[in-house]
Amino acid sequence: MKLNLRIWRQKSPLDKGRFEDYQLDDVSEDSSFLEMLDLLCEQLVAQGKEALAFDHDCREGICGMCSLTINGIPHGPEKETTTCQLHMRHFKDGETITIEPWRAKPLPVIKDLVVDRSPLDRIIQSGGFITARTGSAVEANAIPIAKQTGDTAMDAAACIGCGACVAACPNASAMLFTAAKVTHMNSLPQGKVEKDRRTLAMVSTMDGEGFCGCTNVGECEAVCPKGIALDMIAQLNRDYTSAQVKNFFEPVQ
Amino acid sequence: MFAFSSFFKSTIGRKILMAKTGLILVLFVMGHMLGNLQIFLGAEVINAYAYKLHHVLPSPALWGIRLFLLVCVGVHVWMAVLLTLANRRARPERYAVNRVVQATYAARTMRMSGIILLAFIFFHLAHFTVRSVPGMEYNDPAVLSPNEVPLVKHGEPVLKDGEMVMTFNVNDMMVAGFQNVWVSGFYLIATGLLCLHLVHGVSSMFQTLGYRNTTWLPRLNLIARLYGWVVFLGFAIIPIAVLAGGLDFDPTGGVPQTHEAPAAH
Repeated sequence: MKLNLRIWRQKSPLDKGRFEDYQLDDVSEDSSFLEMLDLLCEQLVAQGKEALAFDHDCREGICGMCSLTINGIPHGPEKETTTCQLHMRHFKDGETITIEPWRAKPLPVIKDLVVDRSPLDRIIQSGGFITARTGSAVEANAIPIAKQTGDTAMDAAACIGCGACVAACPNASAMLFTAAKVTHMNSLPQGKVEKDRRTLAMVSTMDGEGFCGCTNVGECEAVCPKGIALDMIAQLNRDYTSAQVKNFFEPVQ
Repeated sequence: MFAFSSFFKSTIGRKILMAKTGLILVLFVMGHMLGNLQIFLGAEVINAYAYKLHHVLPSPALWGIRLFLLVCVGVHVWMAVLLTLANRRARPERYAVNRVVQATYAARTMRMSGIILLAFIFFHLAHFTVRSVPGMEYNDPAVLSPNEVPLVKHGEPVLKDGEMVMTFNVNDMMVAGFQNVWVSGFYLIATGLLCLHLVHGVSSMFQTLGYRNTTWLPRLNLIARLYGWVVFLGFAIIPIAVLAGGLDFDPTGGVPQTHEAPAAH
């Protein structure tokens, strides 16, 4: 299939950046979106031009490296699908595809379509440790965990930290990401011990990194490749309120 | 380690403040609407209701409630402004292609509906509370006549020391106000936007306070939609009834001798 590509090119974080148009003539419908970009890179290198920079790693939809806002939607038009798992058959022959990086102040563009997602890592980092024994693996049934609790924690742990929620949010809010990380740790008995401290610290880091508030429009949930639900944000709001109330009467250490 | 003051500096804390002040205003709006609808029960009923609010309720209580509501509006708007400015800072660059995946129209227009509603609140207070909109100074007997009517209770004028107790002619003020098509139009648009604001706001409130899950989401959305529509229809029906001629002046204030009340007695 033939494709017209309108791609954001930006040399460095300080460069203003602009769109450039490219054309690919022979793209297989069975290729993935990233394979299509690989083709473009080969074509650019053959022409002696600089290849396109974009993030990718596992190409299995589990690492959270691939990003790309495709035609205005982070990870493209398919529901619960990462860019690497998106196939070209979902596009029309001769279609013009606009590809942009995540756009959010806290996630600045490093080059072309690559953004700096370390603020998300810093949110996780500020969550701190859990009081679990290290060393050899713990016997699986040593700590009983209810099925429902395990399910909630698993649903939250599905977050791959790609940042699509921030990219889709009109306020560049990282609430869905933070909520997933907080809920993941707060639900399980191993993480419950530091629940309040973790919640306060992660929200404080989130705000400090310049992510803004949630307006409950739900665009994050709609684009999340892992189907993280807005329920997690309600859970975060609950945990945060209760942590603040406890902190008021007895400072959380 | 964590200062409590950080609660109101955090985005979640500010959102919770918005949700709680919003809840108070949401409940007030319903009470206000039910109060207004008494105009359909006759001039004497709405006039007596206004008399109760202004004279039976102790004056400091009335002012306390008014102040409290204004503070709620103030905090709600202030938090909205702070959050909106921070939101803009967080997303300075727009996408070349903007595609909405599922966000509702109501959710995306909260700021627009909010700003127009704030302007409406100022107008409404100047119009019917302070009564100082140019050409509509209803406290002036030359503008609204009669300005004062007898207070009626159980079909009889209320007497105090042998004199009839007089009260402000709320019925005629509302009729006079809404007979102006422009005023009625603004009220209809504003209550329509209030409906839009509530459709997102009421369900959003539960989410912000953390009282929501997937099972309750459709129910809360339904409650919000119903609430918005009930409030809209309840408010809008009065200017519509006035314009259609269903509600009219009652210079007697509903005194039974002259008032064409249904022959219940």
